Amino acid sequence: FYLTPPQVNSILKANEYSFKVPEFDGKNVSSVLGFDSNQLPANAPIEDRRSAATCLQTRGMLLGVFDGHAGCACAQAVSERLFYYIAVSLLPHETLLEIENAVESGRALLPILQWHKHPNDYFSKEASKLYFNSLRTYWQELIDLNSGETTDVREALINAFKRLDNDISLEAQVGDPNSFLNYLVLRVAFSGSTACVAHVDGVDLHVANTGDSRAMLGVQEEDGSWSAVNLSYDHNAQNEHEVERVKMEHPKSEEKSLVKQDRLLGLLMPFRAFGDVKFKWSIELQKRVVESGPDQLNDNEYTKFIPPNYYTPPYLTAEPEVIHHRLRPQDKFLVLATDGLWETMHRQDVARIVGEYLTGVHHQQPIAVGGYKVTLGQMHGLLTERRARISSVFEDQNAATHLIRHAVGNNEFGTVDHERLSKMLSLPEELARMYRDDITIIVVQFNSHVIGAYQNEE
Amino acid sequence: AAGMFLRLLSDIQWRAAHPKWRRMTGSQRSTSTTAEPHPLSLPAQAQVVICGGGIMGTSVAYHLSKMGFKDIVLLEQGRLAAGTTRFCAGVVSTARPVSIELKMAHYSNKLYQQLEQETGVQTGYMKTGSISLAQTQDRLISLKRIASSLNVMGIPCEIISPKKVSQLHPLINIHDLVGAMYVPEDALVSSANVSLALATAASRNGVQIHERTSVSHVTIQKGRVTGVETDRGRIQCEYFVNCAGQWAYELGHSGEEPVHIPVHACEHFYLLTHPLQEPLSSSLPTIVDPDGRIYIRNWQGGILSGGFEKNPKPLFTEGRNQLEIQNLQEDWDHFGPLLSALLRRMPGLEALQIMQLVNCPESFTPDMRCIMGESPTARGYFVLAGMNSAGISYGGGAGKYLAEWIVNGYPSENVWPLDLKRFGTLQSSRTFLRHRVMEVMPLMYDLKVPRWDFQTGRQLRTSPLYDRLDAQGARWMEKHGFERVKYFVPPGSDLLDLDHSKTFYKPDWFDIVGSEVKCCKEAVCVIDMSSFTKFEISSTGDQALENLQYLFSNDLDVPVGHVVHTGMLNEKGGYENDCSIARLSKRSFFMISPTDQQVHCWAWLKNHLPDDSNLVLEDVTWKYTALNLIGPRAVDVLSELSYAPMTAEHFPSLFCKEMSVGYANGIRVMSITHTGEPGFVLYIPIEYALHVYNEVMNMGQKYGIRNAGYYALRSLRIEKFFAFWGQDLDAFTTPMECGREFQVKLDKGMEFLGQEVLLEQKQNGVYKRFTMFILEDHDTDMDLWPWWGEPIFRNGRYVGKTTSSAYSYTLERHVCLGFVHHFDEQTGEELVVTTDFINQGEYEIDIAGQRFQAKAKLYPFSSLFAQRRRKDDVELSGYQRE
Repeated sequence: FYLTPPQVNSILKANEYSFKVPEFDGKNVSSVLGFDSNQLPANAPIEDRRSAATCLQTRGMLLGVFDGHAGCACAQAVSERLFYYIAVSLLPHETLLEIENAVESGRALLPILQWHKHPNDYFSKEASKLYFNSLRTYWQELIDLNSGETTDVREALINAFKRLDNDISLEAQVGDPNSFLNYLVLRVAFSGSTACVAHVDGVDLHVANTGDSRAMLGVQEEDGSWSAVNLSYDHNAQNEHEVERVKMEHPKSEEKSLVKQDRLLGLLMPFRAFGDVKFKWSIELQKRVVESGPDQLNDNEYTKFIPPNYYTPPYLTAEPEVIHHRLRPQDKFLVLATDGLWETMHRQDVARIVGEYLTGVHHQQPIAVGGYKVTLGQMHGLLTERRARISSVFEDQNAATHLIRHAVGNNEFGTVDHERLSKMLSLPEELARMYRDDITIIVVQFNSHVIGAYQNEE
Repeated sequence: AAGMFLRLLSDIQWRAAHPKWRRMTGSQRSTSTTAEPHPLSLPAQAQVVICGGGIMGTSVAYHLSKMGFKDIVLLEQGRLAAGTTRFCAGVVSTARPVSIELKMAHYSNKLYQQLEQETGVQTGYMKTGSISLAQTQDRLISLKRIASSLNVMGIPCEIISPKKVSQLHPLINIHDLVGAMYVPEDALVSSANVSLALATAASRNGVQIHERTSVSHVTIQKGRVTGVETDRGRIQCEYFVNCAGQWAYELGHSGEEPVHIPVHACEHFYLLTHPLQEPLSSSLPTIVDPDGRIYIRNWQGGILSGGFEKNPKPLFTEGRNQLEIQNLQEDWDHFGPLLSALLRRMPGLEALQIMQLVNCPESFTPDMRCIMGESPTARGYFVLAGMNSAGISYGGGAGKYLAEWIVNGYPSENVWPLDLKRFGTLQSSRTFLRHRVMEVMPLMYDLKVPRWDFQTGRQLRTSPLYDRLDAQGARWMEKHGFERVKYFVPPGSDLLDLDHSKTFYKPDWFDIVGSEVKCCKEAVCVIDMSSFTKFEISSTGDQALENLQYLFSNDLDVPVGHVVHTGMLNEKGGYENDCSIARLSKRSFFMISPTDQQVHCWAWLKNHLPDDSNLVLEDVTWKYTALNLIGPRAVDVLSELSYAPMTAEHFPSLFCKEMSVGYANGIRVMSITHTGEPGFVLYIPIEYALHVYNEVMNMGQKYGIRNAGYYALRSLRIEKFFAFWGQDLDAFTTPMECGREFQVKLDKGMEFLGQEVLLEQKQNGVYKRFTMFILEDHDTDMDLWPWWGEPIFRNGRYVGKTTSSAYSYTLERHVCLGFVHHFDEQTGEELVVTTDFINQGEYEIDIAGQRFQAKAKLYPFSSLFAQRRRKDDVELSGYQRE
């Protein structure tokens, strides 16, 4: 049983989304040309989420990928809420006041974000009031705090991440009279999510990362070739610094039990995450909340289960690591992706595939026979393979889709093998997760002319 | 000249001593010492200067010198045979669909065969034969058509089975073949060496050859070539021949008065391999696999294989950027599809080692045919270029024809299909050429079906009614850049898309055109015929009449308001043009000619009319929109619109009058329709075109008026035995040979061009006769349709070819028009063709190898003419418009 190429395409393209930053008078004044994003589920339902939005009260664009675990509730909540927290953190005092006054007097609110969403990317209607109230409390506190200083993006990002995670935790502890919402906030808190968020404003690119999703910059070298620059560190057992940090935060007696089988407490792959209160709350708090919670929660073995060697919580934080990068004209694109991509592809290949895709593949090196001994058959094979590479590019109108095609379909020679692609995509739901993870990708394309102009101004 | 010759020979010896391969890699350093100091200074004057030392230039020099011209100089900017000629694949192939090209290739083959013996220069001539493969039935039909025309020319050729193919060539995979055509006498040569051999012979005959001499421009005074400016000085000359290959366009444009030569270069790739383990025999036939877009020949024990890809790469659009052609980039990705086709055809070659992928620019023309002849604006400026990658096949024949043209004033064959004057300035836009050659190059191997239209470079010249007609379902074809309607697709009817409507059988528009024809016969139709060439000739005194009387065979001294059909003949009585001329006043005439006569007729008149400021010739083609109202009710429509009686008593046939139609005044109305049907052509000043068209259509409604196209016109004219210039008539056909004696006034009281020959023919008879054939046992639905160029057999013997054909909806039969010759059964000598000879034969027409019985007629069916014919005022003849 094979999928035909059109069937493969319809699966790959089901979730693709593209956004082009509009031009004004033929000129694009944004350093971002636009972005392509896509998701390929392995879990049913998919546990990854993605978000993209333009900040309307400050400059800049926000893009993020969120890899959920133990369900999708937390990733969903973070994808809906985090950008509001970031945007609010970035707002100057006067704007915050204006917004608060508008809410107070029941006037129309200034729009804060313009979302760029795929039709499948939903927001929870039921929880919006609850989420709004938490957010309002946050900005009221910011107004009261009024430091008077101009907002630093790094700090704003860190504050927003921590505040949202805190609110998630609080909402679960307080509960909600509405039983649906009560169950929802508990599911959000007991599930978890990583977050990798980019904020682009002119030549200033900030990446805030919590967990093992990854941000990577595609750089075109002078000779036209492509290289990758990491803009995030993975928070997992492979990151020595991260292991070191966790060990520092807990007594020496726990050193051996903290990281087992490359997992936090032998259970969790990412070392930082939203939600996951099982790694943050005290045992008492967990027990109290679960017992007073709805039956569904009590029936769930996972929520009742307390991690082993659980002595000095919290073991987990949502605080991100923030990396700042000043964009240069050679920085052509940014890839944000969940670990589903990175475990199948090396970042160098990602840089090359996206780079060649965006520049129209003309940079495929021409073949010259020169003095080599090449037979007609060998040459034919080589050309056929190169053609396949080109034709797979032309099949895709979306860089993220193109990348997924390679991630899933690449054979040992680094070219898309339709047979393999077809097999991987036709796996039954229950088997899919064994061969691949959810993949979510956002490819942001930069405008080198605008970036060059910024540089010249300075 | 002796020194020159020696140098040339030493050069050739060097070339011959090295394997071809070395030269192809382009190392020329070893010869730079021999080439450096120019042994001879340029002469100050010469009779003929030829620019270009490739196969074309050397062939022209060879033939000119053979024909007795002594004072010839050939200039080459680099080295002889170093351009496209050097890279030519060297396949001499006679399988050409156009008959004049076939003749050129046939002559070339014969010439090259004896060239080594004549000159002592090794040409590498090897008679290998060629096999053209067919993967589809349609391809096989097109091969059978070519086979028919090769056979009647006496060139051995047979259609063979796939099994036979594998016997002739052991490497071929035949599983996907339906048949093939085998031409055993096709040959291979080294084209560079052929060119050098021709140069050697020319040099012996006194031609001066100067390498490393660039022509900067040609000087023209008073419309005549006077000389050539080079980087080594000036040469005065009488004739200049532009054989500059892909640089011909630029050279033509380098002078003050441009000569437009529409050629454009494309990259062309072919592959060379090392020898096979068991080297291929050098006598193995060349394979042409047009469906796979490739050709394959044996080459030094290995193969040489190239092709014509679907996505050609045009180059040098902005002009020249190097002197000699260096080896351009190999582009394997581009060659990939051709390599696939090669390995599919010869799977056994997988292990064969690649030597090189050669990239050489070839020049292409807008209509796939080469360009030769004299510039319409500069006398003495000749051109031979644009070989569409068949330079070596055409080289000998093309050089011969051009030499004849210079020496005798015209070649020994009709070369109108190749004449530079078929193009105007409009085909000279670089953008047009770039786009068109991208269509032309793949067409080399595309299936050529009847009624093919180019898709690029369209909508250039249009009638003001274009949008209006297009909205009513018009389907368009193009002639000389002008869009013309083929037919109108009725709303709701679903014609096949372009690719699927390609057929050698009954086309999908059959019923549509049928209903247009029916409307012409029973009611009235409008055909936009604005593309016709329209000239006005006027003078202060009688100069216009006097000169036209000399240039035209009919009597133009008719009362004002009369229209005369007449040929514009050459000295041999052949048709240079066939036109209708209206006498507008005592001293002015209005002349209507075929669309593609715009350049040729203008040049002919300019060359023959005296330089007299009181005699004015004006091209008014663009000033008038022409609407042809055909049908019995045309008279009603027109009289209602003009409030003037239009019946035969008031407005007889072949009459012209200015009148008002609707609100518009000054409409030239002529009672001719170019079809033999009753009706009128309205010549409308263009700003009134839309108004008059609307008035005609509104008024015509109650008479059942509808739009019609050229296909209907064509069916009508062919069933009435009307010859068209450019298709049936050419410079080698006289009025006597096509039953138009009544259009020749031998006794008009003054001498006219061609008179002597016509007199002689009138007394002694003609050697060919234009004849109409009605196909008898031909099933319109099931059988292949005739097109043109089908051989005619009389009592089983070949007597000539058809020139046009159409389905007659009235006779419900196919009608073919063509010429019948009388070859002596023993000697093959041409004899006089008598009426009895025509009438007493049993005829067959050969369509792609299948013969159909045909009835020959020398006169049209009188029943087809709606009006009774009177001796003088009938339009029995006339028209050429197509």
